[in-house]
Amino acid sequence: MAHNSDVRPIAGAIAMTAKTLFEKIWDEHVVYQQSGQPTLLYVDLHLIHEVTTPQAFEGLRVASRKVRAPERTFGTLDHNVPTTDRTRPISDPESATQVEAMRRNCAEFGIKLFALGAREQGIVHVIGPELGLTQPGMTIVCGDSHTSTHGAFGALAFGVGTSEVEHVLATQCLWQVKPKTMEIWVGGRLGAGVTAKDLILGIIGSIGIDGATGHAIEYCGPTIAGLSMEERMTVCNMSIEAGARAGMVSPDQTTVEYLRGRPYAPQGAAFERAAERWLSVRTEAGARFDSSHRFKAEEFAPQVTWGTNPGMVVEVTGKVPEPGAIADPAARAAAARALEYMGLVAGTAITEIKIDRVFIGSCTNSRLSDLKAAAAVAKGRKVARGVQAMVVPGSQQIKAEAETLGLDRIFKEAGFEWRESGCSMCLGMNADILKPQERCASTSNRNFEGRQGPGGRTHLVSPAMAAAAALEGHFVDLREFRIEPLG
Amino acid sequence: MRAFKNFTGLVAPLDKSNVDTDQIIPKQFLKSVVRSGLGAGLFYSWRFTPQGAEIPDFVLNQERYRGASILVAGANFGCGSSREHAVWALDDYGFRAIIAPSFADIFRNNCLKNGLLPVALQAGAVRRIIDAAGARAGYRIAIDLERQTIADEQGQREAFDIEPFYKQRLLEGLDDISLTLAHGEEIAAYERRHLPPYPRL
Ligand code: SF4
Repeated sequence: MAHNSDVRPIAGAIAMTAKTLFEKIWDEHVVYQQSGQPTLLYVDLHLIHEVTTPQAFEGLRVASRKVRAPERTFGTLDHNVPTTDRTRPISDPESATQVEAMRRNCAEFGIKLFALGAREQGIVHVIGPELGLTQPGMTIVCGDSHTSTHGAFGALAFGVGTSEVEHVLATQCLWQVKPKTMEIWVGGRLGAGVTAKDLILGIIGSIGIDGATGHAIEYCGPTIAGLSMEERMTVCNMSIEAGARAGMVSPDQTTVEYLRGRPYAPQGAAFERAAERWLSVRTEAGARFDSSHRFKAEEFAPQVTWGTNPGMVVEVTGKVPEPGAIADPAARAAAARALEYMGLVAGTAITEIKIDRVFIGSCTNSRLSDLKAAAAVAKGRKVARGVQAMVVPGSQQIKAEAETLGLDRIFKEAGFEWRESGCSMCLGMNADILKPQERCASTSNRNFEGRQGPGGRTHLVSPAMAAAAALEGHFVDLREFRIEPLG
Repeated sequence: MRAFKNFTGLVAPLDKSNVDTDQIIPKQFLKSVVRSGLGAGLFYSWRFTPQGAEIPDFVLNQERYRGASILVAGANFGCGSSREHAVWALDDYGFRAIIAPSFADIFRNNCLKNGLLPVALQAGAVRRIIDAAGARAGYRIAIDLERQTIADEQGQREAFDIEPFYKQRLLEGLDDISLTLAHGEEIAAYERRHLPPYPRL
């Protein structure tokens, strides 16, 4: 991907008045600051799930501490819950223990939990926005690296570890070293068949998986402004795959309209007042970033990862790269190792790679528009012989909406499995896993070794690309695929 | 948190960049509700066959690296998931410090909360340590956090950076939460002037 980048020193001597979105939120949330030390930041919204919290609650109990602001913490069950019939108890005893611990902890400390069976249940980064909990200008943390998703609303949202979860529960604050800011500007129009997923995969391929380490990214420019909230969430979601803890978009009318009427958003006149405040946290003209990258939307094609990290990505029209052609010895060795793990031969056309499994889901691509895009491809067709394909909606609410639109029928008639909401095969903590050597077209965000099951081989793609691969049994260039719009 | 004490330890080289937390501790070990015992799952898919037998080639399975307390690895160590289990697993296995050219942000934070010292050095210095640990049996490094230096017995000596705030906490083994609670007044004052939380539905 051709792009321009430049690193600009901050002008220390020049008084800067124009502020970025990031700076506005940061400054607004400083509780305590002393030079040479991290800043104590206030956390507006804390989201929790069953996997990264039991040890945090245990820590509170051991120290006889309370949760400072239980009304600012919300819990869901998503990472290891089954996506099959939920009327029966969880059969895996360890998962059941973790889910039970979450229920007990939330009850004991007075935290609202969207449990299995609740109509709000779903993947933590899907339900926050869907319920209107996620709002512009907020600081949001969660014991999960894809918390960057919420930055799509113009919030400063980042993932933390379990010790920090415990710290937030006890104090509603976090010590943070101020990250640098990075602008990723995209102009122009994405071509037909090229989605927000392809955009972010292409960006990661270009700047590298540690290209934004230590930075908060703001995605800017006309292309980003033209994206829907769901598309912006897909982009911000994968900021961590470029090393950034946070990825954000300045709030605009699209943001405001998405939030209108959501259950936890302000209502009536309070909403209008809030909207005015939200729009005021935008990055101002002339504000400076520590570094900047510029891209042209027209230069992006549908993307497919070939290796074992998200930066190992090529266009669908491309080939599996030749490690020998890579100059850097460490990158060359990593590419060779990745090809061995992935069972791929250098020089193979991407469209010749056959797949065994398809996973449409995860906090990257499990929202209604993602399911619609996949359904439009699947409609009236059949999953290829020998391919097992599943669709896992991000939340129970999305599942219900999709069923109202008849998407479940389209998928089932085509031979896809239609599941209950959760993280599912994005990380395979539940029963949804790849078998060793199985190859999967996945709409999730990580293709690390073993991510979807020990020995499993993951190729990251957009929902429509995943659906098309399911039908053909191998990757196809979506732009050559006939798609009827859904009726 | 356990206080960090200066020590001299055996070095195990993991000559890979972008070691992600899914490799450090695979998901099947995330179902635990306690912090202890995760060393058994450290680098599980690299250490063991699917049948559970040790893979002899893997660095930690080689006799000469048993008992290593310093891991030296490639750039962007600890990328990916925020799972603190990765740090708990390294710690439980016996590592007290990780040396690499760079660390992923969340992983580094998690290290600092658990008394595991992340030492970032120039790529060239890390390369020399990886090579030395591969070439010499029993290759050891002394780590001095007060002076912010590491040194081997052959005379390689490197200085490393760490924020004074984190250094202090590591040296004293301070509990973050009690420190923050000492700022209770400031937090309460902030809450009084800040927006109220959500309506209870
Ligand atoms: S869907 Fe995947 S990436 Fe997202 S929160 Fe769940 S496990 Fe993490």
